[in-house]
Amino acid sequence: MKRALRAVPAVWSVLAALVVSVGLLALAGAPPFEALVLVLDGAVGDGGRMADTLMSWVPLTLASAGLVVTFVAGLWNIGVEGQVIAGAIGATWAARTIPGDGLVVIPAALAVGVVAGAVWALAAGVLKTRGGVNEIFGGLGLGFVAQSVATYLIIGPWKRAGIASTSGTEPFREEVWLPTVGGTRLSPVAVLLAVAVIFLVWALLRGTRFGLRLKAVGANPASARLLGVPTEATVLRAFALGGGLAGLAGAVLATGIQHKLVPAIAGGRGFLAILVVLLAAYRIVWVAPIALFFAILSVGSAQLQLRLDLDSSIGGVLQGILVLFVILIGGWQALYRRGEP
Amino acid sequence: MEATIASIVAAAAPLVFAAVGETITEKAGVVNLSLDGSIALSAMASFAVAFLTGSVVLGFAVGAILSALVAMLVAFSGIRLRLNQVAVGFVLTLLLAALAQFLGNPFVRQPGPSVRPMSVPLLSEIPFVGRILFAQNISVYASLVLIVVVAWVFRRTRVGLELAAVGERPEAAHARGISVSRYRFGAAAVGGALVGIAGAAFSLDVKLGWSDTQVAGFGWIALAIVIFGGWRPVWVALGCYLFGALQVLALKLQPVFPGVAQILPSLPFPLMIFTLVVVNSDRLQRLGERFPFLGRLLMSDAPAALGTNFEV
Repeated sequence: MKRALRAVPAVWSVLAALVVSVGLLALAGAPPFEALVLVLDGAVGDGGRMADTLMSWVPLTLASAGLVVTFVAGLWNIGVEGQVIAGAIGATWAARTIPGDGLVVIPAALAVGVVAGAVWALAAGVLKTRGGVNEIFGGLGLGFVAQSVATYLIIGPWKRAGIASTSGTEPFREEVWLPTVGGTRLSPVAVLLAVAVIFLVWALLRGTRFGLRLKAVGANPASARLLGVPTEATVLRAFALGGGLAGLAGAVLATGIQHKLVPAIAGGRGFLAILVVLLAAYRIVWVAPIALFFAILSVGSAQLQLRLDLDSSIGGVLQGILVLFVILIGGWQALYRRGEP
Repeated sequence: MEATIASIVAAAAPLVFAAVGETITEKAGVVNLSLDGSIALSAMASFAVAFLTGSVVLGFAVGAILSALVAMLVAFSGIRLRLNQVAVGFVLTLLLAALAQFLGNPFVRQPGPSVRPMSVPLLSEIPFVGRILFAQNISVYASLVLIVVVAWVFRRTRVGLELAAVGERPEAAHARGISVSRYRFGAAAVGGALVGIAGAAFSLDVKLGWSDTQVAGFGWIALAIVIFGGWRPVWVALGCYLFGALQVLALKLQPVFPGVAQILPSLPFPLMIFTLVVVNSDRLQRLGERFPFLGRLLMSDAPAALGTNFEV
């Protein structure tokens, strides 16, 4: 019964999202059902598209997994978008400056990305624990700072020979690209990384002292402190780990997808990851499938634009409606259970 | 010089509407994080309505109503559903921005109606000040009047004091017979309507026309400026003009230092963080107590009950 009740918001929300999107598509003068089929076809229609969808899934999953860590500790890490950018900047720096072949440079670039993301998140963490700055606004501000640092690097110190444009840095030398298979853009290393991270975060939250401390701090920081949990250290570690995973997402975007640094390198993926985690209700096992569903929507609606000349933002509309309805209906149910109509 | 200042005052008008509107909402303890998407939706809808009907006034009205409804939804989910206002507002931000982009597709970069310039006779001929304040259009005049009115309401009226009470100590306000939820819904509606007017002012006055990239980010800037201004209308407005000045400076520096020019417009965010650090620093608080003038300058903390849900 309890499980059935918990499934209700999901069912209603999917229905609501479908109804609204059908309505919107009809409003835009497109055949709604054909369009929805095209979204699916555009995302998983053939091997190449499946590869694109998976490669869109990887950074989204990595950032979402990092967010689960911070959310479980009760931290609203809205700065995740900036941490993704910081990771991409770090990886770009490594790819540009470290000599050697891919075997050396790629791991180094990923590692520098992790460190850069962690440092950026720690800044928000220290601002919170020492400066009393709420992590929502601190993180948001740092996110925009990261964005302008990226833009500055692209048109300043890292500009392409001769031209300063916002179209991006010079592409990395090819041996630094994440290796792909089958003539598609699929990088098995990236997918393995995402799967490993999911498992890691799952194990961390389930079976370690650190995981328990995270949950304790998230549930009630004051009583966690009274029970001897080092609250500040736990909060900072959560930020470092969450930001590190976001940074890894950025590093994958730079080395595996764009092969250079572009101003929109994060492209809202960090923000989208927040929606994924809200929908997953902070549970790591749900992150992988929900992120996959979101990746399908994002990649598929880009195809919709090519084929039906519809704006690709319909994917974002669908994702947003879904999460909004799940939250609202969840709140409504909780109200009902408390016995207040 | 006065031409530059006049253009800053004009260009900052939408931001003034949005930031002062959010100040009202937050003063009552409700945080409406949906600003960025809400502004986009209203900018798009206002332009579409004005484009289709030819009426700029109708465009402003539709924008105001839409964003007021959005803010009411955030308030409702907090007050009635007891949900996290930040979560709902954040989801709405992304959803509405995407919705505006999707629905606004047919209107992108279409030429359409706009607010006409309207100099105030006589006053506009005052040297210096006249050109800055009185040779603008009605949307800019409204933004100036708004600052004065809201500052007056906050400081001098019963409504303003009760609003602050609801945002600072809802329990105490409730005990004194003030309806906390009514004030919060009201502040959300009024603040939201101003956010919508901000969107309309973008597409019908400052930026002329609709495209999703041209309003993106202004909602977040407005949220940052509310904090930077310490929830005080006049300071918030000054923050908006500072941002406008930075934008003009960036434009001028663009040919010489393209890199620096890119960074300047994001300066409100570090400034916001700096402000938050300052208001939370014990040492500076003590300094402020010793020097009252400095204290008034630095000290303006967030409404104590900001973002929390009050339960009777």
